[in-house]
Amino acid sequence: MSVQASAAQPPRIEPPRIALVGNPNCGKTALFNALTGSRQKVANYPGVTVERKTGHAVSPLGRRVQVIDLPGTYSLRARSPDEEVTRDVVLGRFAHEEGPDALVCVADATNLRLNLRLVIELKRLGRPIILALNMMDAADKRGCRIDVATLSAMLGVPVVPTVAIRSGGVAGLLNQIDRTVASAFECAEPCSWSEPSSRDLRAYHQEVESILARCVTDAGLPPLATQRVDTILLHPVFGLLFLFAVLFLMFQAVFAWAAAPMELIDGAIGGVKDWVDTTLPDGALRSLLTDGIIAGVGSVVIFLPQILVLFFFILVLEATGYLARAAFLLDRLMGGVGLHGRAFIPLLSSFACAVPGVMAARTIENRADRLATIMIAPLMTCSARLPVYTLLIAAFVPDKPVLGGMVGLPGLVMFALYAAGILSALSVAFVLKRTVFKGAREPLLMELPAYRLPNPRDIALGLFERAKVFLTRAGTTIFALMIVMWFLASFPGAPADATEPAIHYSAAGMIGHALEPLLAPIGFPWQIAVALVPGIAAREVAVGVLGTIYALSGSGEALHASLAGALAESWSLPTALALLAWYVFAPQCLATLSVVRRETNGWFWPAVMFAYMIALAYGAAFVVFRVASGLL
Amino acid sequence: MTLPSPSDGDLRLHQLRKGQPATVTGVDESVVVTTLPAGELERRMIEMGLVEGSRVVILHEGFPGRDPIAIRVNEHTLALRRAEARAVRVAPLA
Repeated sequence: MSVQASAAQPPRIEPPRIALVGNPNCGKTALFNALTGSRQKVANYPGVTVERKTGHAVSPLGRRVQVIDLPGTYSLRARSPDEEVTRDVVLGRFAHEEGPDALVCVADATNLRLNLRLVIELKRLGRPIILALNMMDAADKRGCRIDVATLSAMLGVPVVPTVAIRSGGVAGLLNQIDRTVASAFECAEPCSWSEPSSRDLRAYHQEVESILARCVTDAGLPPLATQRVDTILLHPVFGLLFLFAVLFLMFQAVFAWAAAPMELIDGAIGGVKDWVDTTLPDGALRSLLTDGIIAGVGSVVIFLPQILVLFFFILVLEATGYLARAAFLLDRLMGGVGLHGRAFIPLLSSFACAVPGVMAARTIENRADRLATIMIAPLMTCSARLPVYTLLIAAFVPDKPVLGGMVGLPGLVMFALYAAGILSALSVAFVLKRTVFKGAREPLLMELPAYRLPNPRDIALGLFERAKVFLTRAGTTIFALMIVMWFLASFPGAPADATEPAIHYSAAGMIGHALEPLLAPIGFPWQIAVALVPGIAAREVAVGVLGTIYALSGSGEALHASLAGALAESWSLPTALALLAWYVFAPQCLATLSVVRRETNGWFWPAVMFAYMIALAYGAAFVVFRVASGLL
Repeated sequence: MTLPSPSDGDLRLHQLRKGQPATVTGVDESVVVTTLPAGELERRMIEMGLVEGSRVVILHEGFPGRDPIAIRVNEHTLALRRAEARAVRVAPLA
């Protein structure tokens, strides 16, 4: 379709740019996906860590249009860094980027009031605006009647009903974009926007009320199903029980659902390795390929299914509207340690990766609340720690059912590790909010959207995006580190009269041995010491390095035995437990530290974070190792 | 539009019973302890629909201390804490 369409008209050098603006929960991302399909790109705005999502749509006339998805906002007053981006983009304030040629204001048709207030504010920008009345199907279903023609006349902007989740549901919008873009230069007016006072806001509100009185002939039923469901899901007892059940199910699923695809990936990696082994002659190149690159990158790629399961849950919970409920349920409880209910979302994202988690803290406007959330985000067990946990659990925890066969022991241990991370995060927050970040909490003013069925395409696109990010990382950072590690582990080679495995004599072995006395009190052998060094660059690399070390230092059979088997043979149980404890607090990866530096604008907070986490990790590993050695 | 009767005195949103419908009659942030600059809480509340004339009703109460609260504001649902709900003057309907 797109090929034919773009062939009809010669491509423009500078395609017109359309920005999507709207309240949170108005279905903006679904509309963005419907307009651009999989032709999307996620990057960062220069200088700020707000994700810049762009894609391109092809209009019915064959015009290529660049579409920018902006963070959801209720106003241009910009209370948080996230909303500042929206404001600066629509005002054209970014140095390297001109303002958009037109704005598509996306509004939830079932909830026009707050959305229209934003439209009225946006009109002052003097840029052409299209109002997309999204989720018209839901509005129809609830008996909500909107007079689109009158609405358009009263607002003075074109209004197009859309159903982002239905195929063809954005055709009208694309037609309108064509018309608007064609006349964009004629209708551009000077910008008269300034920050509205409370009096301005009340005036806007009056205007919205008079528009609504004329255009909404029937407000329709309130979302009764949502209210009924919320009676249970927001219930003080059942609601919290449900929330914990959801989280528990999520962590069980990370294990159960991911097992089969992980075996497939494992088999495939083994196949490639065997093929290289039989094809290439024995030597340094073959060793680099199989022991360095394939074993190293493979041991990281294998965790893709688990990361996708985790993100699947987060995306579904977000799309249904449940994440806001979770923040509601936890606001008072998290308030006990001084955190904002909104901190729940960054903290939950941190289970996948601390980098988006730290970035998601931007929705918390208050600096002290935000810093406290950022400082504890890396204590949430991110998916990069999963490889380490999984490996050690597979090696040391027997797979037997507990609690009457309801859950497996490995799942239970995993849950305990996650719980340890959460509890320590809460304790750290408690201390921080009573010492460094004293003061009242930011007010909670959060919309609870009506429950919605998640749209499979939006979930699929979200997962695809995450998979791409993870595999890119595996293909670049981790790939490069693996090669460096292989060289460190292979050179200098063993002397002719060597009695130990070759890695003993390598550069990696020397570093490991140098660190050994430091790590001996917590029960870590030199192999772990070697693995921890690149593990600071990216946590999951530690597993890859262990793979390299044990593949290189083992005998012929051990080479083919699984790494888990190798570890079970060579480590004591207290050592394994100490390493697990270490990883609960693991010194965070460079990516996290650099994102904290960007978000806090300096090296002070990342330095504090690194220091306190490494101290916690060492302390926890020490206690666990000593106690376990004493008891076992 | 219902005007507040003298007996209502100065009723605030956080004092409403669950399920008791009311109309917003004013926003007065002076009674709230906040880290925000003056006037900011009021503006945010207006932006979230808590403005004179809006119909409100408490739908759900959190835990512990029945805090925060989820309220229906005209056609949307809003979560806020009781501490900040104090800023919203209301007049009960019926």
